[in-house]
Amino acid sequence: MAHGPAHGLSRWLYTTNHKDIGSMYLWFSFAMFFLGGIFALIIRAELFEPGLQIVEPNFFNQMTTMHGLVMVFGAVMPAFVGLANWMVPMMIGAPDMALPRMNNLSFWILPFAFALLASTLFMQGGAPNFGWTFYAPLSTTYAPPSVTFFIFAVHIMGASSIMGAINIIATILNMRAPGMTLMKMPLFVWTWLITAYLLIAVMPVLAGVVTMMLMDIHFGTSFFNAAGGGDPVLFQHIFWFFGHPEVYIMILPAFGVVSAIIPTFARKPLFGYSSMVYATASIAILSFMVWAHHMFTVGMPFIGEWVFMIATMAIAVPTGVKVFNWVTTMYKGSMTFETPMLFSIAFVILFTIGGFSGLMLAIAPADFQYHDTYFVVAHFHYVLVPGAIFSITAAVYYWLPKWCGRMYDETLGKTHFWLAFIGLNLTFFPMHFSGLAGMPRRIPDYNPLFANWNMMSSIGSFLFGAAQVLFLYIVIRAIVSGRKATDRVWEGSHGLEWTVPSPAPYHTFTTPPKVD
Amino acid sequence: MLGKSKRLLVLPLYAFLVALLPAVSWATEWPLNMTEGVTSVSREIHGLHMQIFWWCVVIGVVVFGVMFYTMFVHRKSRGAKPAHFHENVTLELIWTIIPVIILVIMAVPATKTLVHIYDTDDADLDILITGYQWKWKYEYLDSQGENVSFFSLLTTPTSQITNAEPKSEHYLLEVDEPMYIPIGKKVRFLVTAADVIHSWWVPALGVKRDAIPGYIHEAWTKVEVPGVYRGQCTELCGKDHGFMPVVVHAVEQAEYDAWLEGKREKARAIAEAVKQTLTFQQLYEQGEAVYNKNCASCHLADGKGVAGVFPAIAGSKIATGPVADHINRVVKGGVGMPPFGEQLSPVDVAAVVTFQRNAFGNNMGDQIQPIDVVNFKQGQ
Repeated sequence: MAHGPAHGLSRWLYTTNHKDIGSMYLWFSFAMFFLGGIFALIIRAELFEPGLQIVEPNFFNQMTTMHGLVMVFGAVMPAFVGLANWMVPMMIGAPDMALPRMNNLSFWILPFAFALLASTLFMQGGAPNFGWTFYAPLSTTYAPPSVTFFIFAVHIMGASSIMGAINIIATILNMRAPGMTLMKMPLFVWTWLITAYLLIAVMPVLAGVVTMMLMDIHFGTSFFNAAGGGDPVLFQHIFWFFGHPEVYIMILPAFGVVSAIIPTFARKPLFGYSSMVYATASIAILSFMVWAHHMFTVGMPFIGEWVFMIATMAIAVPTGVKVFNWVTTMYKGSMTFETPMLFSIAFVILFTIGGFSGLMLAIAPADFQYHDTYFVVAHFHYVLVPGAIFSITAAVYYWLPKWCGRMYDETLGKTHFWLAFIGLNLTFFPMHFSGLAGMPRRIPDYNPLFANWNMMSSIGSFLFGAAQVLFLYIVIRAIVSGRKATDRVWEGSHGLEWTVPSPAPYHTFTTPPKVD
Repeated sequence: MLGKSKRLLVLPLYAFLVALLPAVSWATEWPLNMTEGVTSVSREIHGLHMQIFWWCVVIGVVVFGVMFYTMFVHRKSRGAKPAHFHENVTLELIWTIIPVIILVIMAVPATKTLVHIYDTDDADLDILITGYQWKWKYEYLDSQGENVSFFSLLTTPTSQITNAEPKSEHYLLEVDEPMYIPIGKKVRFLVTAADVIHSWWVPALGVKRDAIPGYIHEAWTKVEVPGVYRGQCTELCGKDHGFMPVVVHAVEQAEYDAWLEGKREKARAIAEAVKQTLTFQQLYEQGEAVYNKNCASCHLADGKGVAGVFPAIAGSKIATGPVADHINRVVKGGVGMPPFGEQLSPVDVAAVVTFQRNAFGNNMGDQIQPIDVVNFKQGQ
């Protein structure tokens, strides 16, 4: 008989169990999602009408910065690491992660990183106010003193991500059950394997760029200071060499989640499994060759501009393959529309819309009009919210019965879906229009020309926020008093994780299963 | 007379045109799309934008169409039995090759427009644009050496921003000194910045260029229609990023020439004024105006500043210390403050220093003359 977890606080502090750590990652991410959401709602409240009503411009800039940082590094990335912790060992028939103590460390440094980051809000001069992309020299020579704490926090987050990535790669490559060849792995495992390589490749680049900032601020170097012979554009090249793969770090695991859910509820195997793997790998490789499309207006030479435009457009091909595969998976299936399926279908549709605006943005000459307007804000929120957030939500509904052994309330789940779906579109669709009409991003006040769309966005954002409170309630209610779940949970589910009891015992696959 | 069938075709067209009438006013309150603009570049960009948009619509209709069809038909509740196919090489090749073809079709006109945008040669006129926190400086480069330069600042009053007064039509898109350019002439912009990165954007011209310290980037325009064209800074540049608009007046050549000559005369007058000696009262009053326009956005109208970010003028070590240090700080900037030596005339510097040393409870009693500032600058 396997021994169970320790009791009390020490269980969570000292745990090396992938399920415990996965849960902690997920709860931490949920908390950060609400924190980042509050920042977003402050932004939307200020933008509800033209004029300055609620916050000062400097605080507004702190909000846009903190919203971006907390959502990217605090909500989305830890959520996917949490899902990987829970699901990767169970999907490949491993007893735990390969490096359990490092797993504990990579989680437990995160709360400190974000406590440090959040504490800057209370410092003299305020929190970082230079945008989540922290372009130098606004983030160096002209930054508030808290930038140093921001740099340290980013270092810790990066260390956590790198350790998490190493752990996932070591687990997937070494701990698969006999017979689980690479091309038999569930797509979620594949997408995470590729994501982990991306993380290892680019997080050190991020660490490098913030260290160069640190040197510029405190040690008299001039990496990004033109007056000292440095180059502000260099910052952007380094940042986006990290930043663009980072975008895919936040979306590739989402592809994996959706590729697990759609076949389950279509009761039909995933269409084009191997082309999905190759498309994911192609997207990952291309992600290293397109970074300067974030910089079409910095004045690159013609040939640079053109090459980055073509490479960016090329990404549409593997991404298209994925969308076509999902649609074809649904085609001639036998579909039911439980909450995870609803979120996954919304993912496919809305992510594709985000892909369309991405294709438009890839066209360099047109980007001269789109760049740094609300059109861009609309674009990346369409890929991140229905992309990353909806897929994480779908994953929670899909696997929650396996985690806690209890079902969520289907009616409430569907209510959550429709509120979130309407709220999201009400918030972000009008941003396409205000952006095309000429509204720049990151401004606390605007001409009344943009007033109607902004009011609509603000109303939508509060609806979306309320929907997430309902989500929290649904999850807690399921854990406390949900109906008992079966081992298979879903009629159409396939894969090793559904062969263990619900809830999954503290230790699973202590003897490896046999995969044919 | 049209045949009956043709009339049936024309009728909906009329209905459509009539329906457009209210849409005209609707469009100003619910603007939906990019403007076509007033230059060949802006029109080409608009054309590209619409072309890609319609491609996306077509692809969307096909993909979502299949999706909604399958969601409706292939549902378990309708008794659908799942098929088991999971691969089809032909299909997968087709949906890889067709997007590639569409992308090539898109890339050709995009490349042409890009070439057009990058052709900054043979300009009739050069204007150096410099971004500052939070204003633009325009310098008209002159082969005779008599450059005209001035700063362009937001004029929307604080009372409108804080909602004490109703907002005007060009709220946040109005400046004291707009840029003037002649129509029908190729104007080359040389874009740079003095402190952080800014971005100079006028949608109607189809021009957006980042203004980056240490770089001078080129852009160009040739406006065909006279008018006033407005834009904003589009790169986050600090606190008042949302409050540094761009306004361009495109006018006939004759009007442009007259305007330029007026600017030159004004510059000569300022050069004369430097030699005058002003009374304390004159300096103080002019200094107050200069302060409110240039300093108050950070140090605040009451001189108290913002703790930890923008130091107070009231009781400040510099404003109550040696005069030379005070002039030095205003002219050269420092500790995050931009230099004002270029954008303020010696008269303005003398006035604002005098004002700061004698306002907000500071009581130094001294007065600084324009010539002191000129001497300071020459002594550097």
